[in-house]
Amino acid sequence: MMGGQPTLAAYLILGAILFSIGVVGIFLNRKNVIILLMAIELLLLAVNINLVAFSRYLGNLEGQVFVFFILTVAAAEAAIGLAILVVYFRNRRSINVEDIDELRG
Amino acid sequence: MLITTILFYLFSAILLGSATAVITARNPVYASLFLVLAFFNAAALFILLGAEFLGLVLILVYVGAVMVLFLFVVMMLDINLTRLKEGFLSYLPLGLAIAILGVLELAVVFWTSPLGHVPAPAPIPANADNTRALGVLLYTHYLYPFEIAAVILLVAIIAAIALTLRRRQGTKTQNIDAQMAVRAKDRLSLVNLRGPEQ
Repeated sequence: MMGGQPTLAAYLILGAILFSIGVVGIFLNRKNVIILLMAIELLLLAVNINLVAFSRYLGNLEGQVFVFFILTVAAAEAAIGLAILVVYFRNRRSINVEDIDELRG
Repeated sequence: MLITTILFYLFSAILLGSATAVITARNPVYASLFLVLAFFNAAALFILLGAEFLGLVLILVYVGAVMVLFLFVVMMLDINLTRLKEGFLSYLPLGLAIAILGVLELAVVFWTSPLGHVPAPAPIPANADNTRALGVLLYTHYLYPFEIAAVILLVAIIAAIALTLRRRQGTKTQNIDAQMAVRAKDRLSLVNLRGPEQ
């Protein structure tokens, strides 16, 4: 960065690194549904950082509007996902992904 | 202007470090607390980019609501952690390879494409009102999506309640109407033990 502010590429690469940390999190914690949901939150956060950076550097406020909608949908997704998790734990006493294969037939 | 760059690298380093801690923490409670730290740093980056409203909403909605929900669920469930950690590292080489490859490809694209070299925007004027500008856009051009977002939240509330609501069998609860409607003759019956008087 030659003086001044960080370039747009710096923000985009930050988003890319954060996104791939989320992907590695899904690979690592493939048995723990709670950490899987947290990794999904990291993926969405990476996308939000990209959108806000684009909005600032291209001078278009609509990127921030889309971040707003992504936040809404992510909150709804977390609430319903955790509710499903609680119901599942109540029935099976486990949140291991390997135990959730009842529909495999 | 240099201070912006220094702050960007500081917040980014803490953000990436805490994100790494989220996916490697042994205990889900630590993972959710590190996710809180990650969201705080992301909010700081948003504010650095001039999106104050979204930065504050990120702290309020995520740290205040979603992460507390995660913590509640983590502490409510009695999880056998050792079983969940089986084979933790078996997919690490593949995952790491995919992640590094993806980051390298994206970095090359960003550095070489003209997109990465968009000239830095003019500094934000001191009297800029991000919240007002966002509100004007949201309530005019994006009014219908905004209302649909509200409906999505309503659906999420109803779905979460409907999923977790259950009637427990055998609990004793008060039924006020039935209690108030009781009359003495419903409960009390007079029995003549002596028999009819002579």
